Amino acid sequence: MVNPMNLQSHSPMPTGITGFPIAAGASTEVAQNIRITAKDVSVSYGDLRALKSIDLDIAENRVTALIGPSGCGKSTFLRCINRMNDLIPSCQVSGEIKLSGHDIYGPEVDVEVLRRHVGMVFQKPNPFPKTIYDNVAYGPRIHGLAGSKGELDAIVEKSLKRAGLFDEVKDRLDRLGTSLSGGQQQRLCIARAIAIEPEVILMDEPCSALDPIATAKIEELIDELKQRYTIVIVTHSMQQAARVSDYTAYFHLGELVERGDTNRIFTSPQHAKTEAYISGRIG
Amino acid sequence: MTNTPIRSPLSASAVAGLKKRYRSESLYRRLGLGAICASLGFLAFLLASILQQGGGAFFKTEIRFDITAEAQMDAEGDAFILLRTTLRNSLQGANTRAARRQAYALAGADAEEQLQAILNGTQSTGATPGDPMPFSIWLSASDEVDFAVKSGLVNLMETDAQNIGQTRLTTTQLNWLAKLESDGEIRTPFNLGFLTNGDSRDAERAGLGGAIMGSLFTLMLCFVTSFFVGVMAAVYLEEFAPKNLFTAFLEVNINNLASVPSIIFGLLGLAIFLNMFGMPRSSSLVGGMVLALMTLPTVIIASRVSLQSVPPSIREAALALGATRIQAVFHHVVPLALPGMLTGAILGMARALGETAPLLMIGMVAFIADPPSSVLDPAAALPVQVFLWSDSPERAFAEKTSGAILVLILFLILMNGAAIMLRKKFEKKW
Amino acid sequence: MLKTVNPLARHKARPQEQAIRTLLVACAAAAILVTVGIIASLLFESIRFFSEVPMGDFLFGTTWSPQTAMREDQVGSTGAFGIIPLLAGTFLISFIALSIATPLGIYSAVYLAEYAAPKSRAILKPSLEILAGIPTVVYGFFAALVIAPLIRDVGTSLGFDVASSSALAAGSIMGVMIIPLISSISDDAISAVPQSLKEASIGLGATKSETIRQVILPAALPGIAGGILLAASRAIGETMIVVMAAGLAANLTVNPLEAVTTVTVQIVMLLTGDQEFDSAKTLAAFALGLTLLAITLVFNIFGSWIVARNREAYD
Ligand SMILES: Nc1ncnc2c1ncn2[C@@H]1O[C@H](COP(=O)(O)OP(=O)(O)OP(=O)(O)O)[C@@H](O)[C@H]1O
Ligand SMILES: [Mg+2]
Repeated sequence: MVNPMNLQSHSPMPTGITGFPIAAGASTEVAQNIRITAKDVSVSYGDLRALKSIDLDIAENRVTALIGPSGCGKSTFLRCINRMNDLIPSCQVSGEIKLSGHDIYGPEVDVEVLRRHVGMVFQKPNPFPKTIYDNVAYGPRIHGLAGSKGELDAIVEKSLKRAGLFDEVKDRLDRLGTSLSGGQQQRLCIARAIAIEPEVILMDEPCSALDPIATAKIEELIDELKQRYTIVIVTHSMQQAARVSDYTAYFHLGELVERGDTNRIFTSPQHAKTEAYISGRIG
Repeated sequence: MTNTPIRSPLSASAVAGLKKRYRSESLYRRLGLGAICASLGFLAFLLASILQQGGGAFFKTEIRFDITAEAQMDAEGDAFILLRTTLRNSLQGANTRAARRQAYALAGADAEEQLQAILNGTQSTGATPGDPMPFSIWLSASDEVDFAVKSGLVNLMETDAQNIGQTRLTTTQLNWLAKLESDGEIRTPFNLGFLTNGDSRDAERAGLGGAIMGSLFTLMLCFVTSFFVGVMAAVYLEEFAPKNLFTAFLEVNINNLASVPSIIFGLLGLAIFLNMFGMPRSSSLVGGMVLALMTLPTVIIASRVSLQSVPPSIREAALALGATRIQAVFHHVVPLALPGMLTGAILGMARALGETAPLLMIGMVAFIADPPSSVLDPAAALPVQVFLWSDSPERAFAEKTSGAILVLILFLILMNGAAIMLRKKFEKKW
Repeated sequence: MLKTVNPLARHKARPQEQAIRTLLVACAAAAILVTVGIIASLLFESIRFFSEVPMGDFLFGTTWSPQTAMREDQVGSTGAFGIIPLLAGTFLISFIALSIATPLGIYSAVYLAEYAAPKSRAILKPSLEILAGIPTVVYGFFAALVIAPLIRDVGTSLGFDVASSSALAAGSIMGVMIIPLISSISDDAISAVPQSLKEASIGLGATKSETIRQVILPAALPGIAGGILLAASRAIGETMIVVMAAGLAANLTVNPLEAVTTVTVQIVMLLTGDQEFDSAKTLAAFALGLTLLAITLVFNIFGSWIVARNREAYD
């Protein structure tokens, strides 16, 4: 399906086939197509400063993992990207985040349109207590993406297929989404998120409530999804970060300590704190 | 801790005064149980005595009379004359003036109408007006007869002279009744009129039809307004209201409103709806609105609790898909909270159904014979009917009052049952 | 940065959303409107009343007799409007109600919270709540028809002089009505006492009843007291029981066997007759209503403040 609101068509950034990721060094990352740029982003909840002046670029069609000890601000950063933090009255965001060159905190920005382009998958699977079909169809419906019932059916099927769930549920699309297993529910949530064809998918510890087999399935899925989407994932599992991500950013007490190619971060971390965390001494 | 022959240092007898402490222990437990039993015992007593007193209201006494052809000829289509002739002829010894008057007094106030309906041909007996044929008919008995028959005084009268003091019927009348009863000419069938008739000064005719209609109109109006406004107010407070002084004030205000005495709402209705806006007095429209204002805080509070029980993850899921706040709330949160809101509203309606005082203030105490046909008509309501009948000096109305209470309680049971079922059915499913 | 149309900008206006938001605010404001309506209507009519009858006479007068002329030279039907006997009657009946409901309610709560097995609790608690669900007109009827004659017969046989609609009859039935209110708030207060406190007492070798009496009840006392205040407010504002079972004559007495009248009874009496709306008698009903609102509000605010504070203390 052609997305009429695709940001790429307006993007001032050069687009095209992205290069193969080259090992190590910030300079090579800049050479990537950058989807999201965060500049000097600080967040505070009332008096508490949760993020301090974060600069981070996120490459298109790559998986970027955010790691760090609990409470270091990973979720906070993630929720800045689709402005879910707007819902918390005490939350103050400063700095600049650009999605394909457009400031997402700009005055004319509509958060609903932003979230239509930046999807999110949560830590705990949260399907609507509606049918599987309605779960996936909800996004396309409110955004008016399907002209007819047939088109909607096609979107639902395609999304479920991409989320690797279709074969398991194709005979029971009218069953409640909440009746699925935890792993299936999480894949349903992914299907729901990709049904509106976002450019970016944010995942906040998407596997932490799942067993190893369900986790493996989701990880496989993430690997496939990055062909089409830019993915940012928060995880507490070093192995998971190493397995699924291309780039890794390490947060510590609200600061971005180190970022770079995942292989490099895990093999030769430049910062002592990063090394301590990766080797299990912090966190 | 039983007493063993060898005194263990851990046994109760090893410590002085422990027995006494244990005695007070069981005393305390029994005090608690006693308090509950006393309360529930009172409840049982109340319900039992109402049931015992009001059960009879659902039945009415009827006497069968044979209507001869000659009597019909003589009456020339006048039911009043026909009734009197029939009574005179059917009851032995009703020849003196005094005896005749006693005979006439056996028939209920609506017996004449029953006869008239037949004479007019609206109720078929097989006879045509022009060609009278004998037939027999069950005519409703007067309230005194009704009372005597239901309390079994008719057969007791010979043996138990004391009981005669309980009825205003004379010995002659009781003798007639005893004869009729032994001949199988007296029956007490279900009294449908009690549930369908309007109010009346005659106990035999008085029914709850008007009050039930009035309560229905009132409650429907009350439900529609308070549920809509209450849910919307709750949605605003839970989902949209900023946390500021105004919101805090609103909350305090709603909580206090919930405990304002109901009669105050009646005064409000009288001053604003009747005197200021000139709405029709005694109408279910005003009654419904007053009760709606009274139930509004209850509905708001219940709806907020219900909204709070919807997990935030549902809202986040919808918002993350690019739904607006309004869409997230009305597509997902409100439908999930609706059963809980409805439960609260039904319980509020049950309270409103039993409420009397505010209705008295807006004039819903007038005697109204015709059931209302619109919300603008003067109407009674079930509890008001109870109040009105309880005030009546006639003994027959005591039974009616208890009967009306039974109907009221039946409705309350139905509503509470519905609320409980709704709550059971929609218990959290996420 | 290039000057392009921002694709993140709003695509279409959403006027209906704004309308819905406005509607929501309006509905929430309706709650305030009700309060404003109550206070305004009561105040407005009361002010008119006080222009005819001095406020001092109303607040401190000891005679309530709206039917008779107050002074010889007075024209019309204006009578004596002293609220003191009404307040005395109201408080007497409420006091009787509370003295019945408080022990029964608290002991019920103690049993439900500390002794009853979960199964019997699941039956007993809702059964007790039924008492609160019975319409007050039913209680009133029952009080007038059964309880008042009963009390009079018993009293007379004991040699007392009992009025046919004694304060005791109305008060005791009202007491039954508010048992569930006291018991459920007491139940909450007792359940809010931390387990550690109970265990500390049990661990010292105290029996259960000793623990209840010396540890649990003292700790729960503020909550229970708040509940009693809320119950008192219910009793003071109750109308139908007293209309049907209490007296009409305003006697200034503390004898529960005599007939007294209450504020709510008089409001009903003043307004259910065929009256000119502007007469002092109908306006007096609003002054009574204002007084009633003020009294119940004080009890409510104070009561719920105590209950809430006690709840927080153990959270
Ligand atoms: N809604 C909120 N209100 C106030 N403070 C918050 C809120 N959410 C997060 N915080 C604070 O912000 C800081 C960062 O929280 P955040 O949730 O981003 O951490 P995290 O890295 O995601 O942790 P975890 O790995 O445990 O999920 C923490 O100190 C947290 O206490
Ligand atoms: Mg987190």
